[in-house]
Amino acid sequence: MAIEENLKIELGKQGVFVTTLEELYNWGRRSSIWPMQFGLACCAIEMIATTMARYDLARFGAEVFRPSPRQADLMIVSGTVTKKMAPQVVRLYNQMAEPRYVIAMGACAISGGPFKQGYNVLKGIDRYIPVDVHIPGCPPRPEALIQAFMTLQKKIDEQPLTGENRPRFLNQNAQGEFPVPEPADHDLEPPSNPGVWSAPVVIR
Amino acid sequence: MSIAETKTEKLDGWNRPPTMEPEGEGELLEIAMGPHHPSTHGVFRMDVTLDGERVMRLKPVFGYLHRNHEKIAEGAAYLASMPYTDRLDYFCSLSNNWAYALAVEKLVGQAVPERAQYIRVILAELTRIQNHASSIGFLIQEMGASGTPLMYAFREREKILDLFESLTGSRMMCNYMRFGGCRVDVSAAWLASARKVVAGLPAFVDEFEALLTTNEILMARCQGVGVLKPDLAVNASVTGPLLRASGVNYDIRKVDRYGIYDRFKFRVPLGDHGDVYDRYMVRVLEMRESIRILEQALPEIPAGPIMDPKAKIRGFRPKPGEAYGRIEAPKGELGFYLISDGSPNPYRYRVRPPSLINLTILEDMCLGQNVADVVLIFGSVDIVLGEVDR
Ligand code: SF4
Repeated sequence: MAIEENLKIELGKQGVFVTTLEELYNWGRRSSIWPMQFGLACCAIEMIATTMARYDLARFGAEVFRPSPRQADLMIVSGTVTKKMAPQVVRLYNQMAEPRYVIAMGACAISGGPFKQGYNVLKGIDRYIPVDVHIPGCPPRPEALIQAFMTLQKKIDEQPLTGENRPRFLNQNAQGEFPVPEPADHDLEPPSNPGVWSAPVVIR
Repeated sequence: MSIAETKTEKLDGWNRPPTMEPEGEGELLEIAMGPHHPSTHGVFRMDVTLDGERVMRLKPVFGYLHRNHEKIAEGAAYLASMPYTDRLDYFCSLSNNWAYALAVEKLVGQAVPERAQYIRVILAELTRIQNHASSIGFLIQEMGASGTPLMYAFREREKILDLFESLTGSRMMCNYMRFGGCRVDVSAAWLASARKVVAGLPAFVDEFEALLTTNEILMARCQGVGVLKPDLAVNASVTGPLLRASGVNYDIRKVDRYGIYDRFKFRVPLGDHGDVYDRYMVRVLEMRESIRILEQALPEIPAGPIMDPKAKIRGFRPKPGEAYGRIEAPKGELGFYLISDGSPNPYRYRVRPPSLINLTILEDMCLGQNVADVVLIFGSVDIVLGEVDR
């Protein structure tokens, strides 16, 4: 139940602050997204550059990079995920506490990017874990990462706490663990997680 | 005499202590540092065996970022590998471009015009400065000074990246050099802004040094840690600042005099002790020498074409043969070895990555040290995983 915007402003002038629990809760969550300190390849350097003085990710409450997945809210998959690394990435994602979000940064994390034809490169991390924001680029500029942050904040803002569309961490029946792929003879086994990814349908 | 002992004798200087004896009764502890570890500069794993705090064994595990660079290059035309070389050592894309262009130019016998040579030197030295600044920043960060020196380094790096961006269109992945020249010409305005950035660099290095060089914590943590003996360094093919910090005078800019490096006056800084502190110091001094080269190159740059008009950029078929082009990249000797069989693609394409070869010596530097120093020694090697695993 949303309060009328004009009424809110009017009350604010009188010194009365009105909000809903949902808004307050989401405001708190979206203003302190702590990413995991986790770099994979070239894109990680742009991620570091984003936290430095010129781009200053601290403005978005996200400058605290946590080395441990237990303390992190956000995983920035910044770089090429190889088939040797993919099980580690999924395992790290499983170790993060809910609510957790994923940004796939760069062409490699989205689809394998320039190395897609390589025999050892995973063709997109969204085959195994749910990705909230994709940012294209090779590497994406720091501004693009900031844009991804703002998109994610907007997404968190709009999450209802009850009802059908409530986020995963409030839904007891939602999937918490994601299966960790194992290296097999030719590819990772399973090659993708059908719960989060299905092959795109080609329409000719 | 066991096999291990004969080997030790043959490889003079390679006298690694093969068995570290544990002190006391305690159990050995094996831990895996990485692939996700805040200090590993990417996805690299060290399997460390510890006796208390002391390192007894250290086994590096590579391959978490193996991206099939060489295999992809064998299936692509020569020019198509140029953007991939950017992604080897992603701090120094322009030096990588140069090394690859040099190898192909040797293969096809291609000359490079004067102006392009100057541009290459200017860009390579700017790359070296930003690489050394950030690598020192990361090194200090691993000592626990979280952020501050890195902030200073990145402040300067951003200025240099702005130059790269305005010239090549990309901050990091420049893809700028071509066989027989460069892709776009530098404008007078670009040169003016480059001169301005270079004029500000000595003050930055002074500031950096004032903060760090005589810092007591830095000295206590770095001096005498991770010593690398010169003969061992030579035997292990270590190159770059790591080798020079051990006191071996070997800089490919002086040895090969590729490009036009014989025209510039610069010195090669050398260390005495081969410890982490010397590596830090050598990098700082190399930044100063790079600034000197830039100060000479920027005013001298001649007018003229930036591409040899006869140069073929795409669709050429080199005669069967082989070529090895190498440069002094910021991390060491970066070489590209190409074999041509007369087709438009290289038959074999091999990268000699300085990061990987410098890393092979990691165990010898770490044995007997505290586990907290492993992180520091590892940082002082200055690697980039894109180049280690390719
Ligand atoms: S998208 Fe480009 S810059 Fe990012 S990791 Fe992949 S190759 Fe590197």
